[in-house]
Amino acid sequence: MKTSSDDAAGATGAIEEPPPTGSQTVFLSILRVVGALAIPIVGFGVLAVAFDFLREADANRFLVVGVAIVIGVGGVFFLYWGMNRVIEFLPARYQEGVRPYIFVGPALVILAVFLIYPVINTVLVSFKDRVGEEFVGLDNYRFVFTDESMLRAIRNTFGWIVIVPALGVSIGLAFATLADRLRRGEAVAKSMIFLPMAISFAGASITWRLIYSFRPEGFGTNIGLLNGIMTGLGQDPVSWLDIKPWNNLFLMVIMVWMQTGFAMVVLSAAIKSIPDEILEAARIDGASELQVFRRIIIPTILPTIAVVTTYMVINAMKVFDIVFVMGSPETRGTEVIAERMIDWFFLSNHDGRGAAIAVILFIAIIPVMIVNIRRFREEEAIR
Amino acid sequence: MSVAEPLPVETTPMRSEAPGEKRGAGWFVRIVVLVIVVLWIIPTLGVLITSFRPESLIDASGWWTVFADPFQDAGWTFENYRLALDQGGLGNAFLNSLAVALPATVIPIAIAAFAAYAFTWMDFRGRYVMFVAVVALLVVPLQMALIPILRLYNNGAIIGGRYVFPDLDLVGTFLGVWLAHTAFGLPLAIYLLRNYIGSLPSSIIESAKIDGADHFTIFWRLIIPLSVPALAAFAIFQFLWVWNDLLVAYVFLGGTQQNRVLTIALANLVGARGENWHLLTAAAFISMALPLVVFFSLQKYFVRGLTAGAVKG
Repeated sequence: MKTSSDDAAGATGAIEEPPPTGSQTVFLSILRVVGALAIPIVGFGVLAVAFDFLREADANRFLVVGVAIVIGVGGVFFLYWGMNRVIEFLPARYQEGVRPYIFVGPALVILAVFLIYPVINTVLVSFKDRVGEEFVGLDNYRFVFTDESMLRAIRNTFGWIVIVPALGVSIGLAFATLADRLRRGEAVAKSMIFLPMAISFAGASITWRLIYSFRPEGFGTNIGLLNGIMTGLGQDPVSWLDIKPWNNLFLMVIMVWMQTGFAMVVLSAAIKSIPDEILEAARIDGASELQVFRRIIIPTILPTIAVVTTYMVINAMKVFDIVFVMGSPETRGTEVIAERMIDWFFLSNHDGRGAAIAVILFIAIIPVMIVNIRRFREEEAIR
Repeated sequence: MSVAEPLPVETTPMRSEAPGEKRGAGWFVRIVVLVIVVLWIIPTLGVLITSFRPESLIDASGWWTVFADPFQDAGWTFENYRLALDQGGLGNAFLNSLAVALPATVIPIAIAAFAAYAFTWMDFRGRYVMFVAVVALLVVPLQMALIPILRLYNNGAIIGGRYVFPDLDLVGTFLGVWLAHTAFGLPLAIYLLRNYIGSLPSSIIESAKIDGADHFTIFWRLIIPLSVPALAAFAIFQFLWVWNDLLVAYVFLGGTQQNRVLTIALANLVGARGENWHLLTAAAFISMALPLVVFFSLQKYFVRGLTAGAVKG
């Protein structure tokens, strides 16, 4: 019995068995496919039957949630366990060949249906017309790069992916460094910065509408904080969200507010993992705090800064909710790419254009994806 | 009485004496930290205070004026919350959010845990390629997937006159949203969990195998209990994400009064009653309540899980 073939440290998986005959290989492949599909299909069937009554209006929601959790946790594990038992009835030489596919298969099936198929489909639709019937060549792409509102969206999105990560990472880094020196209250201070991460974009937009709120003269007191300050200083109140192009910046501030906490927590953990001896040694050699920060802390945590920045760039690229909920992007000139896409899909009902915008967004993210995979391979090499 | 003794005290007045002890902070550091913290909580504080003020006062004066007279004339009230839950239909939306978020958190974790285990400790052809594909899917903008999935739900997929994916009529059902959220959460879940499971010592698994345990037993008895921190971290992440999601719920569940989740109800309130601050702020706080509770009670796991995944890179 060769346990080495199961050893995870072994890089690639040549299964050490006598080479199977042709019919055995076919049979094994069929078993693998069936094994991979069985759990998603059975699981889906059970869920669908169990929740058919949800289509009727008044099913008790508490009951629904309860049953869903039981089936979601218990059911899924039970399915895997059941499949595992089924495999044990197979001839021994098939067992280890099929089992991994039972474990991995369901995830791959779901990803194929819900992510890979849609990507391919969207690319196809982007070459088609309003309802996705006739091919129209590159018309939709021509639209994307000529329409005034789209061009503004592209420009604005570019602003988002530069400004939001830059502000978020630098404030996060500064705060992590400074809070690290507090004798007391570090945890409290950090969770206050982190708190907005738990809030939805919809909730955050209400929060910030209260800050930017503007009432023209004669329409009541200005209850927005910023205009409260303005009037307090004897200035005229300002309709913040209507000043082009600064209103874009005011919307970005909301995202910075929400995401700085993430950057701060991750960077703070990286800073704390720098061995004290190194920092102390530098200080004893006479380095000032600024030098320690610039020459030691920054270079050491540079990989982490890169990860955090990447994450925030991706998020900024996909930003939709803030712009959408804060209202009237087109008249205010605050469009972003993802928001345009939803607009064309759901409000203007032009699938082709919506899909073309989605493809542009995807292409823009591909470099990030490549970096992601490369980093993963480097990690693998170290393992 | 050495001459040198007072010197270090003078030049480094803020440094700690014992090595390893936390270095003290000067007034500059403290003030900067305090300023940032205050800036960061002002927005939330404004909503919190406004949500407890009577409608007439909200309209007449800014929320910060309560600090001038916090007890006498502030007129604190719970009325706004009652109205929001009642009129705003937020009570129902809260339950819907719960019905979406809990299963949409649990199901992807279960599926991802099995996959992550297989990717780490099982040997099969294509393992590496499959995992790289999963990592690549991390960056697919979910907006791209919405329409094709919506079509699948509505019409199924027909190739050559045959249904390869049946018409399931899933739009507007919880099941449809759960599946979508499951799929969107899977790449990150698999990636994080594999990172974590891969860092467990292989000797444990080897010795379990020698004792005759099969993969399922090892997974269930060893890996799951050992992975609780990572599982919890992802659970919190996914729960916050699903709870706060507007787009997926809007597309697959719809914005009807009966089906809508909290975020949609909030967005509707903003659209319909943009100046009704007493309702808006109370509604916003209702939507924040559960995530904040989850966040503060499980913060430790959340931070640990996030940093375990990210700092490694």
